[in-house]
Amino acid sequence: MTKLTIRTEGDKHVVVIRRFAASPEAVYRAHTDAKLIQKWMLGPEGWTMPVCINEPRPGGKIRYEWTDGQGGSFYLTGEFLELVPLSRIVHVERMHLPDPTPDNHVETSFVPDGNGTLMTMRMTLPDAETRAAMLASGMEHGMEASYVRLESLM
Amino acid sequence: MMNLDTAFSALADPTRRAILARLATGEATVMELAAPFDMTQPAVSRHLKVLEGAGLIARRVEGAKRPCRLAPAGIAEIDRWLEMLRQALAANYDRLDQVIAAMTTNENKRTP
Repeated sequence: MTKLTIRTEGDKHVVVIRRFAASPEAVYRAHTDAKLIQKWMLGPEGWTMPVCINEPRPGGKIRYEWTDGQGGSFYLTGEFLELVPLSRIVHVERMHLPDPTPDNHVETSFVPDGNGTLMTMRMTLPDAETRAAMLASGMEHGMEASYVRLESLM
Repeated sequence: MMNLDTAFSALADPTRRAILARLATGEATVMELAAPFDMTQPAVSRHLKVLEGAGLIARRVEGAKRPCRLAPAGIAEIDRWLEMLRQALAANYDRLDQVIAAMTTNENKRTP
């Protein structure tokens, strides 16, 4: 079963949809509680998030730092713009690789769906070029590693 | 015919991936491609030669210019990046399912 869909929309958007077998309250909490975020927002196997700052209020700060424990690391900063408890989060974020990428404006909604929750995350980038660059650089760490592995096999 | 070895080494460079990403938005000249990078046009041209050799981009002649665009293999590569983002997010949300399951279990334990 494919639970997650991801598609580009127009020139500037990326839309991610995922269903969870839990209440909007639980899913919302897992997105706004630093202790919980550290357990799941990790990306490729082997990466951890030793620093997780998440202040879920308008103007509140976001800072996530990831490491692979072997010298690889990068971080993300952002600010919350709007929060509707249990149903909607609007924030901006940028990756530091280490130069900051252009702001990604992210709107996440949690809607009750039967006995679960339908989450829709809509990212808006400044333009088509930035969106393409994000798709390329966002997976930089995972990709670099896999290409290096591949090359060593060839 | 695309040579995998050539394609992988062409893609192992972050600048060349950024060039592909830029070309995903449309055709561009060497000058336009060099602009966002702290690089000379000859340096960009060398990267373009590698990408062209790997079958990831195609070039046409327009007077003195040779604008570049994505070749089918390059387009497939950009689609793959979207697929990799999908996989990274899917892994995150599968973990989130477990985190939520643990939250629910703990809450049930607290309820007498």
